[in-house]
Amino acid sequence: MSQSYNRGLIEDFGRWKEFSAGMWAWIFHKFTGWILIGYLFTHIAVLSSAIAAADGQTIVVGGETVNAYTGTLQGLESLFIVRVMEVGLLAVAVFHILNGCRLLMVDLGIGLEAQDKSFYASLVLTGIIVVASVPTFMQGVGL
Amino acid sequence: MAEHYSSFTPGGTMWLLQRITAAFLVVVLAFHFFLLHFVNHAADITWQGTQMRMQDLGYFLTMVLFLITAAFHGINGVYNALVNQGLSGTPKKVVLAVLTLAGLALVIQGVYVALVMRGMV
Ligand code: HEM
Repeated sequence: MSQSYNRGLIEDFGRWKEFSAGMWAWIFHKFTGWILIGYLFTHIAVLSSAIAAADGQTIVVGGETVNAYTGTLQGLESLFIVRVMEVGLLAVAVFHILNGCRLLMVDLGIGLEAQDKSFYASLVLTGIIVVASVPTFMQGVGL
Repeated sequence: MAEHYSSFTPGGTMWLLQRITAAFLVVVLAFHFFLLHFVNHAADITWQGTQMRMQDLGYFLTMVLFLITAAFHGINGVYNALVNQGLSGTPKKVVLAVLTLAGLALVIQGVYVALVMRGMV
């Protein structure tokens, strides 16, 4: 039996103060993965406005009559809260990608001694990429 | 403490598929983000623009494959995490059925929307 299965009671979330870096990485990876699949369902639902658009339907956004798809997407993008949630989604996605690559390396047996460091590196890099992307994600939105 | 955390049984088929889809997703997700947030800004997306991109067969097929891979990776991830937390017996079978149906519905709806965008239905 591989040692990976014998996690004992440490997974009791009430004992979070005792969690190691690897345990935190695993928890973050779970949460981000679940958020991403949840978003995928939402994303396809929003894009489904294409069906109405292809049918020639229009909606009114800001007093202007526009195509149902263009209107749905631009209507959402014009909301400050949607932009904030998009930045949040970016953070979640970037962490999941970077940490996912880290997991792939671990599985291949690369850099096993640097597992903790590479987790911290994933966090720092996620922070930098997200902060650097904020201007682009917030472009042209009013409060 | 273990040295290696995973929701999957290492070496299993699902474990392998989760890793293969992950490797594919890294590339396509990065492409998707850059194209729709940095090349074309999300706020400027229009029906015409989407229809034009979907006219390209390579782009269309990439998006459909992206949808299928992400749906599989996400649903498989959730299922394995639940099994890892001790889901077993009948509840396990029910969860698998519900997740499979949800995944299929997602893919069918997504492919239909992609076909509409390409003007094929
Ligand atoms: C883009 C690059 C991605 C990479 C490199 C990646 C990598 C991984 C890896 C290696 C695992 C297995 C973790 C383990 O053994 O416990 C995993 C789990 C998971 N991934 Fe991804 N993934 C990516 C994108 C996505 C996307 C787009 C979604 C959503 C549609 C997603 C949803 C999930 C979920 C739900 C899990 C299960 C988490 C858990 O254990 O509870 N991932 N990912």
